[in-house]
Amino acid sequence: MNALKEKVIKSILSITAFASIAFLIGIVVTLFANSLTALKGIDQIQFLFSSDWAPYYSPAEYGILSMVISSALIGITAALVCIPLGIGTALYLNEIAGSAQRKILKPVIEILAGIPSIIFGFFAMAVLAPFLQNIFDLPSGLCILTASLTLGIMTIPVITSIAEDALGFVPIGFKEASYALGGNRWQTLIKVTIPAAASGIITSIILAIGRIVGETMIVLMVAGGSLAIPTSILAPARPMTSTIAAEMGEAAYGSLHFSALFEIGLLLFFMTFILNFISERISKKYRLKLGQGR
Amino acid sequence: MKNKIIQQFFFSLITISALITALFLLIIIFFIFKNGFNAISWEFITSVPKNGMTAGGVSPAIIGSFCLVAAAILFSLPLGLACAVYLQEYSPKNYIVDIVKTGVSNLASVPSVVFGLFGLAVFVKFFGFGVSILSGGLTLAILVLPNIITTSQEALSAVPYSFREASLALGATQWQTIRKVVLPAALPGILTGIILSIGRAAGETAPIMFTAAVFYKKGRPDSIMSEVMALPYHIYALMTEGVNPEKQTVIAYGCALILLVLVAVLSSLAVFIRNKYRSSYER
Repeated sequence: MNALKEKVIKSILSITAFASIAFLIGIVVTLFANSLTALKGIDQIQFLFSSDWAPYYSPAEYGILSMVISSALIGITAALVCIPLGIGTALYLNEIAGSAQRKILKPVIEILAGIPSIIFGFFAMAVLAPFLQNIFDLPSGLCILTASLTLGIMTIPVITSIAEDALGFVPIGFKEASYALGGNRWQTLIKVTIPAAASGIITSIILAIGRIVGETMIVLMVAGGSLAIPTSILAPARPMTSTIAAEMGEAAYGSLHFSALFEIGLLLFFMTFILNFISERISKKYRLKLGQGR
Repeated sequence: MKNKIIQQFFFSLITISALITALFLLIIIFFIFKNGFNAISWEFITSVPKNGMTAGGVSPAIIGSFCLVAAAILFSLPLGLACAVYLQEYSPKNYIVDIVKTGVSNLASVPSVVFGLFGLAVFVKFFGFGVSILSGGLTLAILVLPNIITTSQEALSAVPYSFREASLALGATQWQTIRKVVLPAALPGILTGIILSIGRAAGETAPIMFTAAVFYKKGRPDSIMSEVMALPYHIYALMTEGVNPEKQTVIAYGCALILLVLVAVLSSLAVFIRNKYRSSYER
């Protein structure tokens, strides 16, 4: 009796284990199925390499090049903010801050990493955009710079939290060996600790970039929404995510427009999928390496 | 001597970057607290919007967010916990576990707007749930599922093996051991995951934009099939729709403060529980 019950429970649990895979496959299938109309109805070369996006014109035009460029540009500028500051802060916590300071700051960083993006977006719209508008004398503060700064600041705690973990995992013996050879703290940090934690640090950066590329609300609120190919970081732009969010409400269910938005989603999904694949690979390597070190 | 100067220089650089980070984040929190406090009152939390969103409170948005989060946890907790139990307690350590773990980490990295698309296509349209608490709750449930699985599994793996061995030695079956010994011991860790997921679900906007949230709804949600107002979406709508931006911004500050405090309190609680119970096993 008990044996049967055990077997039933085990098989039920084993089915649930595949839930996340099922959802992942479900997402791909759903995105693909809803993109079919667009995949068939829009010339795919034009879809990828034209920057004319005019779903309400007749004939409607669907080219996403400007959105892809906007996404990339915002991603790069935001990375320029969050990588140096995020890693700098992680190094500070690991090397300079005392243990009492670290004990307080580490949880604070983790809590900051959990702040919803809508709050950053709101701050950017209410405070940062008018501020930058004044400084640079812009027609509108809603531009790439505002969005990138906000995304960059939002992802600093993400990088800091993961990179600091990686730095903390470096065995103390590594550092001691370096000190014993006469290396000072900076030399030890740059030649021993950082290389030993490199894969963890790189993983943190890739995760942050994934967050930036996939983030919707901030770019929807403060990137400006222009469909022209951006010429400077003070120009307004409309990345892939905000196009989906901005137009999905108006697109008729099943229409070519609706389907084209799903195809953007499909592309977005594969972009983050690849980023995640790379970071998985790197962190697997890193686990093996440090596993032997400890 | 030269080495010492170089070290001094780079350490100052690192300290400055940490200070800039702190400054940025403090400025954001300062502005939201300062302006949010002016907006918030008992009436703000308990009354409904008035005069076309320019006055009154945000209680429907708070209630709506609560419903969405409750639905999300209700759906994701049993599934996520079952998955974690299987991975930690039953599964043979082989390639299947690797595949499942890859699936979990990939699901965690899917952009939130893509979850929104999935929810729209599957729950709203395909199953015909419409724009409702049910659709939004299910969408959010899938979004927080990886969170629940990962934290629950960590909690289970932190339970010492001797606990299980003692129970099995007394003649308990594996399921009895899990239910009566392992799960209770892992409860604080599981709780941490639930609390963090609540914070995450409460703050997400993009997944509920097409599946659950509306800018204005009269009256309370009367069933799981009704559309709702939600705090994060309300902030977005107040800033981008409507006719009176100045008055709406004040209300948005109030909403942002409520959301910020809610998420900060939840994650502090999670960190507190985690640290407390981590040290209890170390002793």
